[in-house]
Amino acid sequence: MYAQLVDTGVKRVKGLDEMSPEERNFQEKIDAEIKIEPKNWMPEAYRRTLIRQMSQHAHSEIVGMLPEKNWLTRAPNLKRKLQLLAKIQDEAGHGLYLYSAMETLGADRDEEVAKLHSGEVKYSSIFNYPTRSWADMGTVGWLVDGAAIVNQVVLQRTSYGPYSRAMIRICKEESFHQRQGYQILLHMMREGTEEQKAMVQDSINRFWWPALMMFGPHDGDSPNSAQSMQWKIKRMSNDDLRQRFIDQTIPQLELLGCTVPDPDLKWNEERGHYDFGEIDWSEFYSVLKGNGPCNRDRLRTRRNAIENGAWVREAARVHAEKHNKADVA
Amino acid sequence: MSDWTLFEVFVRSKHGLNHRHVGSVHAADAAMALENARELYTRRSEGVSIWVVPSAQITASSPDEKEPLFDPSDDKVYRHATFYDLPKEVGHM
Ligand SMILES: [Fe+2]
Ligand SMILES: [Fe+2]
Ligand SMILES: [Fe+2]
Repeated sequence: MYAQLVDTGVKRVKGLDEMSPEERNFQEKIDAEIKIEPKNWMPEAYRRTLIRQMSQHAHSEIVGMLPEKNWLTRAPNLKRKLQLLAKIQDEAGHGLYLYSAMETLGADRDEEVAKLHSGEVKYSSIFNYPTRSWADMGTVGWLVDGAAIVNQVVLQRTSYGPYSRAMIRICKEESFHQRQGYQILLHMMREGTEEQKAMVQDSINRFWWPALMMFGPHDGDSPNSAQSMQWKIKRMSNDDLRQRFIDQTIPQLELLGCTVPDPDLKWNEERGHYDFGEIDWSEFYSVLKGNGPCNRDRLRTRRNAIENGAWVREAARVHAEKHNKADVA
Repeated sequence: MSDWTLFEVFVRSKHGLNHRHVGSVHAADAAMALENARELYTRRSEGVSIWVVPSAQITASSPDEKEPLFDPSDDKVYRHATFYDLPKEVGHM
């Protein structure tokens, strides 16, 4: 999802009877749905995995602003521009809530951002795709935020208190994002020219598969899932979340009067779910490795933002120091 | 940013309610922390008042002290209103 392939560093999930008294006490709290708070005892691997997951999640919110800022100065009118601006500001906020929650685990924000810049820690694969048309602002809000919501709704029940509370805040704000996006597309489909309608379909064609990849590899190819599920920092499997997303999205697609580029997509009466075709996993892994259409550009933009802002942070620090001295004197 | 201070943020959501902890911000000083907190935690109608406190200034109970500090004092039943049986005629009290 926003955090794909989070390594737990754990080879095999332990049973209660194999755990130390501290570990068992911890696991029993989790089993009883008691939230873990910053000062509580926790296994080192739990702490490390959470830092990795939350930092990836935060980086995704931050990098996720970049494909959208691409259209900020070219929004079709002032109303759409203000809406997009508000949405992007929310995403910055989501990144900061998550960094703040991550810091309660003793992680340092600057160090984690440096890991993003060096490529050591990833962000969601979806943000490595370009936004070529205005319709992409609709598709991103509808499909990308839509997929993120499916994941984040479940994460509201995650075992780590600060993470769970950040998710609850984020979820409150996300539905505006998705509705905003869907309305852009609906408006283009209902009021638009033939060319604008084609633009919507083209946009959906480009984003459909990458959106499905957001949920990560199949459960069988997701070696860290079992441990993350036991710790309840993951609460539903990748495949189940993906299925849930598809099931709720297809009726919305039909209302738009559009299609997705998947000849195998069809309702399965027996399962009560949509069947769908196989994802091109080689594309997913190649984007994660850094070879998507925009990986280099995204990281360069982030690095420049931090480097070019250095003098502002320094000036603020010096200003504060000067005033502190003046106040003491 | 590491040489900036970490502040904890508390927001009063409505008049008449207590301030509640909502998260933290980094800032060079308290005035900046307040501005950052306003942008970050009250973009909609989340609050009418904000406090920011340097995280280092907060003294927290350690989780190990859990028993003595948070003992529910179940043996002191007389601390609860329900301990006092009164005749029906008294009505609601
Ligand atoms: Fe977000
Ligand atoms: Fe997002
Ligand atoms: Fe969003």
